[in-house]
Amino acid sequence: MTGRSFFSVFPRRDRSIIPGFGLTLGITLFYLTIIVLIPLAALALRPMDLGFSGFVAAVTQPRVLAALKLSFTTAFFAAAINAVFGLAVAWMLVRYEFPGKKVVDAIVDLPFALPTAVAGIALTALYAPNGWIGQYLDPLGIKVAFTPLGIVVALTFIGLPFVVRTVQPVLEELDTELEEAAACLGATRLETFIRVIFPVIMPALMTGFAMALARAVGEYGSVIFIAGNMPMVSEITPLLIVIKLEQFDYAGAAAIGVAMLLISFIMLLVINLLQRWSRRWAGM
Amino acid sequence: MSGPVTQNRAGRPALAEPLWVKALVMLLALGFLGFFILLPLAGVFTEALRRGLSTYWEALVEPDAFAAIKLTLLVAVIAVPANMVFGIAAAWAITKHKFPGKSLLLTLIDLPFSVSPVISGLVYVLLFGAHGLAGPWLRDHGIQIVFAVPGLVLATMFVTFPFVARELIPLMQAQGSDEEEAAITLGASGWQTFRRVTLPNIRWGLLYGVLLCNARAMGEFGAVSVVSGHIRGETNTMPLHVEILYNEYNFVAAFAVASMLAILALVTLLAKSLLEWRHGAELAATTRRH
Amino acid sequence: MKWFKRVAIATAALATLAVSPVWGNSQLLNVSYDPTREFYKEFNDAFAKHWKDQTGEAVEIKASHGGSGKQARSVIDGLDADVVTLALAYDIDALVENGNLLSKEWQAKLPYNSSPYTSTIVFLVRKGNPKGIKDWDDLIKPGIQVITPNPKTSGGARWNYLAAWGYAEGKASGSQDAAKDFVSKLYKNVPVLDTGARGATTTFVQRGIGDVLLAWENEAFLAINELGPDKLEIVVPSVSILAEPPVAVVDKNVDRKGTRKVAEAYLTYLYTPEGQELAAKHYYRPRLPQLAQKYADRFPTLTLFDITKFGGWQQAQKTHFADGGVFDQIYKPGQ
Repeated sequence: MTGRSFFSVFPRRDRSIIPGFGLTLGITLFYLTIIVLIPLAALALRPMDLGFSGFVAAVTQPRVLAALKLSFTTAFFAAAINAVFGLAVAWMLVRYEFPGKKVVDAIVDLPFALPTAVAGIALTALYAPNGWIGQYLDPLGIKVAFTPLGIVVALTFIGLPFVVRTVQPVLEELDTELEEAAACLGATRLETFIRVIFPVIMPALMTGFAMALARAVGEYGSVIFIAGNMPMVSEITPLLIVIKLEQFDYAGAAAIGVAMLLISFIMLLVINLLQRWSRRWAGM
Repeated sequence: MSGPVTQNRAGRPALAEPLWVKALVMLLALGFLGFFILLPLAGVFTEALRRGLSTYWEALVEPDAFAAIKLTLLVAVIAVPANMVFGIAAAWAITKHKFPGKSLLLTLIDLPFSVSPVISGLVYVLLFGAHGLAGPWLRDHGIQIVFAVPGLVLATMFVTFPFVARELIPLMQAQGSDEEEAAITLGASGWQTFRRVTLPNIRWGLLYGVLLCNARAMGEFGAVSVVSGHIRGETNTMPLHVEILYNEYNFVAAFAVASMLAILALVTLLAKSLLEWRHGAELAATTRRH
Repeated sequence: MKWFKRVAIATAALATLAVSPVWGNSQLLNVSYDPTREFYKEFNDAFAKHWKDQTGEAVEIKASHGGSGKQARSVIDGLDADVVTLALAYDIDALVENGNLLSKEWQAKLPYNSSPYTSTIVFLVRKGNPKGIKDWDDLIKPGIQVITPNPKTSGGARWNYLAAWGYAEGKASGSQDAAKDFVSKLYKNVPVLDTGARGATTTFVQRGIGDVLLAWENEAFLAINELGPDKLEIVVPSVSILAEPPVAVVDKNVDRKGTRKVAEAYLTYLYTPEGQELAAKHYYRPRLPQLAQKYADRFPTLTLFDITKFGGWQQAQKTHFADGGVFDQIYKPGQ
């Protein structure tokens, strides 16, 4: 691997004395290119058949817009729920002692491991009008399964570990001396949390939120079981992609895929930049 | 929820929340986990064991299920180490060095998280399928990528791409480069520095990232569903086999295989927790530095 | 780094365990749609035995099942199917159009339009038929919930849709507008559009959603057998569609793999009394007159019209299910 000579053509601002930059960045870029960039480029090339106006027409159909809106709003709500409750879970796991903590800590990752289709089936069974939870909600007029609410439930499930796992290590690293100092200076516990703790965990919370959101937007396997899939009401964007594919409309499917990807990419980029900015601002 | 709710680590009252706040946070957190994780999990196991343990066992040793389990392991065994090497390399480049475009690189690493699983599978079909960019060439040379094991491996790699890197980057960022710089100054080679200094520091994070990556690799459904071709006993991974059984109204067997995946994940994660706890002192010595 | 070595050893051990491919003598891949799983499972064994007796060669038959459209797409994208046995002729036409994988005249190669068995669309209702559903007209009554999958993603759902359309068109003596109105009303009564036929059955039976399920006849029988004769019953409408699931050899693939002989024998075997017997056992209506006779009491008699009423599958697809077609018009924004 001639990583070093290859990368030396770039302006080197690296003043680190630690070696291995060329090799590791070389591996990173090579693998990234093979596994992620080339395949995604193949996807981006496909809608070219449509031309630019065809692309715009494909992604601005009312059905597509409704699906995009549904996907992004349900994903947003699910990520918001995860941000609030995930913070509570992380706090509990770091700060409190209770029996069975190790087990609770381990099951947080379950949504990563359980096949999404299984999660979808299990959640639908729970929240259907004859399910364990659904039977109590149905008389109250709350319908979860086969409505957009069901989509939020499924997306909350699959995004759950993200917030917990990004906030948890930061909370663990958090210096209690700062809190003590704040307390000595007469701050109440709430003030300490808002002024001292929260700013430090904010970037991690944001990352977790962003990842949960990004993951939720594209989710397919779990959602189709619980969504009801009614056009204009509970039809998510990935399902529309599948529908396009069923009609052998690869260009149309790829167009919607590219639109989703662009939105997600911009979202992630903004959050990564925000995070760097806030870290610098917080002096970390 | 009862039990010794100790004040907090140091027992200093100034750092403890009032009891009712503590109770409320615990209630919210445990309630949330209960509703969103424990109940679905309980549902899976109730269904799986509905007809007793012997039916459960039969479902797992049935030849097609067994083939699916083997295939799932094979895919994970290729995809996970590849992502591990990549993750370490990426974390090293990003945390130990400065270069322009770092945010962009980080975002690109995160990207597979946000790509719809349907798309993650589709991209490989567009690339290697019969009508894909490389498809005709592959076909002429008798190489089958999609609808065969290589396609399953690629799709799995794509989906689990960020896990190890995402775990290591914040960890190595927090640890800084002082120790490595010291080692280099004292004349250690790059490889020695990594093996003797960095690896011991990040081993738990690395192990955790690998476990997560593995869990996700074995559980992935959407992307592999697109590239699998669903050939019974040949290209069906465990999650796909679950779907097949479910579609055959064989709910008990479907949930038995699903519960198997859940157990695999829970056992590995619990084992990691316990290891961490046993080596807690050592761990604290290496990672808790300020 | 002891643990590191241990992990490496364990990984290597797992890898060797997992890599042990099995190669049979000759392999045949049948790419089929969802509701045929049980039938082909049994048929494959029967054919393998038959082939062994006839030629002395062992043949291993691999099966792949999924939504009909998705399966067709996989074959177009390079899934190495020797034979396809799909839900509707349109999906095999797609193989011709998008992949040039077989000749345009594939449907004339085997008897009965290349469909060795037929089926129709019937209603599945809850035991005792509490909503008193007798015929198509009852489905558009207010307050009746109908479960049917999405015609865009499910082949069976397209048969459902066309059956309803054909009934309404016949009743209004050929009026397309009346038929469109009828189908619109029907889909207004659909609370959940699953992506596949099996998903719709599960929603209806396991989740308890809806009053009536539109289903393949064989699926309805199977659902009753598998999921509870005490819970469900079949209602046969006055008129329905003759569903002809077609089969074909994928010329390009068998010629490349050299499996033409066994592939053709496989499909021909579907037309033998043995094959027809198995089809009937799994509630497909057999084609051979003597077997149709034998199983006559198993299948209810009703008036059936076929796809030619819609000008063939190409035409039906274009008018009803393509983007912007009649089905899309039912779901207008703001409704």
